[in-house]
Amino acid sequence: MVEQREQHAPVLETVAGTKRFVGTLALDDVSFQLRPGEVHALVGENGAGKSTLIKVLTGVYQLDGGELRHRGEPVSFGRPVDAQRAGISTIYQEVNLIPLRSIAANVFLGREPTRFGLVDRARMHREAAELLREYGIHSDVRQPLGSLGVGAQQMVALARAVHTNETTMSGEGAGAAQVVIMDEPTSSLEPREVETLFEVIERLHRKGIAILYVSHRLDELYRICDRVTVLRDGRLVHTGDLADLRRIELVSMMLGRDVSDIRRHGSTTFGDTDHAVVEEGRSEPVLQAQNLVSTPKVRDVSIDIHPGEVVGLAGLLGAGRSETARAILGALPLDSGTVVLGGRKLPSGNVGAATRAGISMLAEDRKLDGIVPHLSIRENIVLASLPRLSRFGVVSRTRQDEVVKTFMERLRIKASSPDQKVVELSGGNQQKVLLARWLCTQPKVLLLDEPTRGIDIGAKAEVQALIDELASDGLGVLLVSSELDELVDGSDRVVVLRDGEVAGELSGDEVTRDAILDAIAGDQQEASA
Amino acid sequence: MSAPTPASSPATDPESGSTPRPDADPVDGATPAPTEPAEPTGPASSPQVRQQLFASLLQRQGAAAALILVLAISWVTLPRFGSTENMRDIALQSSFLAIIALGMTFVIITGGIDLSVGSVYALGGVLAAYGAQSGVLMALLLPLAVCGAIGLVNGLLVARLGLPPFIVTLASLLFARGLLLAITSEGSKTRTISDSSFLSLGRDSFLGLGLPVWFAIVLCLIGGLVLRRTRFGESVFATGGAEQSALLMGLPVVRVKVTVYALSGLLAGFAGALTAAYLQSGVTVIGVGVELDAIAAVVIGGTLLSGGAGTVLGTVVGVLLRNVISNVINQIGGLDSNYQSVISGAFLLLVVVVQRLLSQARPRRRR
Repeated sequence: MVEQREQHAPVLETVAGTKRFVGTLALDDVSFQLRPGEVHALVGENGAGKSTLIKVLTGVYQLDGGELRHRGEPVSFGRPVDAQRAGISTIYQEVNLIPLRSIAANVFLGREPTRFGLVDRARMHREAAELLREYGIHSDVRQPLGSLGVGAQQMVALARAVHTNETTMSGEGAGAAQVVIMDEPTSSLEPREVETLFEVIERLHRKGIAILYVSHRLDELYRICDRVTVLRDGRLVHTGDLADLRRIELVSMMLGRDVSDIRRHGSTTFGDTDHAVVEEGRSEPVLQAQNLVSTPKVRDVSIDIHPGEVVGLAGLLGAGRSETARAILGALPLDSGTVVLGGRKLPSGNVGAATRAGISMLAEDRKLDGIVPHLSIRENIVLASLPRLSRFGVVSRTRQDEVVKTFMERLRIKASSPDQKVVELSGGNQQKVLLARWLCTQPKVLLLDEPTRGIDIGAKAEVQALIDELASDGLGVLLVSSELDELVDGSDRVVVLRDGEVAGELSGDEVTRDAILDAIAGDQQEASA
Repeated sequence: MSAPTPASSPATDPESGSTPRPDADPVDGATPAPTEPAEPTGPASSPQVRQQLFASLLQRQGAAAALILVLAISWVTLPRFGSTENMRDIALQSSFLAIIALGMTFVIITGGIDLSVGSVYALGGVLAAYGAQSGVLMALLLPLAVCGAIGLVNGLLVARLGLPPFIVTLASLLFARGLLLAITSEGSKTRTISDSSFLSLGRDSFLGLGLPVWFAIVLCLIGGLVLRRTRFGESVFATGGAEQSALLMGLPVVRVKVTVYALSGLLAGFAGALTAAYLQSGVTVIGVGVELDAIAAVVIGGTLLSGGAGTVLGTVVGVLLRNVISNVINQIGGLDSNYQSVISGAFLLLVVVVQRLLSQARPRRRR
């Protein structure tokens, strides 16, 4: 791990770096150092300034105050390409490639091998195929990039970044330390792909390339990182060896809360009590999904949800969790099976009918499926309930204001005003806006697909607390999550899916990490958490 | 229409990559709301991308199939259609539009649009007629310089100031048309050209084809090569495919955009000069609506209106298809010439609708 290289001459650093945006100080006197050959974790909640710092290091933004130094020399990267020429390459959280172009073209864009001034396609395809094989990608490189899954696209981005880096290096010679910056590279990867990524990181590490690794996943950080820098509210609150730091200390620095406080409440903020108040002589289920089949992902799933109950849906990636939720909503057509809500059978494949009957769904990808980024918070919230808020086709502004105000308070949406554009909010607040939108249609059942993915720990806690509250108010909740802790703490009952079928159902005290893992793993399959 | 057209068009495909995405990153609360226009998707879902490219391919093939079909039917049914003279005529008529549409192809692939080309084309013709008074060199240089400059300004405004191309080029459409009217006393002065070496550019033939046709062929070959086989071409696709990503990849997005608009102006001016040489005068009334013909040809030829995919060959097919159809309508005769537009419009719509339906149907079956 932490070798004492003849380091201390940072390959990249900011000295008292300050970056100001309208109204906010995104980076406040941050002196950050990245040493040659280290894997450096950068952590912090959303809004802590991580992305801003990365963008400063990669030439997307320029510092307003302080200095950026590259190998000790003050530099100013005016554009991303300047940073790239200096041997700093970046993989962004969202794949920043061109989906319509071929995989090979994406790897080489801007540095295509040429012959007589023309792009040498044969060579480009050959080299891209060779290169990508090291990253576990064996697809035809002439295919459009967009035909790959998001995880594989991320690997292509990584291959591109590293390759750019290596070629720049050989071009300028002298094995000088280079930098690869990874902004949440694993957020869309499957476990197998994560392993490949770590192998690549290991390889880069051995070559003496410095890696700046941003992630919310503590397990990963502790596994691969040497040092850590913690940002909070634009300030650098800690930097040092990661091994010396206990997890709970790291979390407390990120959150700015007491260690003891976190201990007491655990890492999730679900209440202790289970809310399926009605125990044995339970009430009628509000939603009954019976033998749902929607090929290819959903093969046979039955789920009942009672009022006031949070039913967790567990399973590996690809087990059909999201698809089940979407099938219940009607967004996926059913091949067979029925969805009964409050005693009435819903027509298959009709989202409108399901929504009117009282099912709402918070989709996994809030950017694609929900948020209208350039509309205001108000508009985003009332979007789904306009018919209810209008009379003779005219939308009542007073009633809108009332509803919006109620939900903004209840969900603790942090914004300057209801008229602020949603795109300006943090991920967690965007998620709350979406939640408000569906709550305001007064649903009976709420389907939540990964409601806390990609939002910071603080907001996560609030969303979890909210789910709890909503269930206590009598709402039936289906909680799809890939985080076991969230399921264990948040659900009254957990239905475990495997390959599109119900592999087990746990309730009450049976709901534990291990029990879920056992059910997921089945008889002989390996459990992967 | 005569036959089912195996073709597809997402010309106005609502899915063609323009899913609005929130700008850059809403992750850091501190991010300022950037003012870039909503960009095409980053990691689009795979079926969507496949469908889009498939549609584009189908569209191109479809346009080619439609062209062959129309040619075959007309050849058999219309006695004069297949004559060498008529073929030459179609080629010549197509050459001017092809040169303009070539520039438009580049612009549209970057995700832009150039509405100014019709006016610039007419202006190029008039300027060529002026320049021809001082010889063939001026007859070419004057229109190329002025029209290239208009294109360059378009490009700078679009790329540097981030103004919407629609508005910028609409403004230069008005500007160029106004300039043309001003220097020709409201279009009443048509200057005839007497410089014989300049006239020969538009009127001479080589191997049986008019010189403008050869110009068009050579330019399209070069254009196709540049687009498919150079780094610049790759950057053009990348810019239109996902501009933000292209920027982050360090591609010269601004330079690419400036270049394509300048190129478009330059080519429109050159087409205007050739037209003037062919007509022996700087005709002031031409070029109205030519920008729309060029856009239609580009789109029929399989270039995505949202940018990121397209070919020069497709555009050439689109241009030919359009001119063959209007030639056929002329041949049939007896039709008020105004109906030509009606039929052309209806045909465009039909092609696009059929293509769209096919592009929706096929990928589903393949899955």
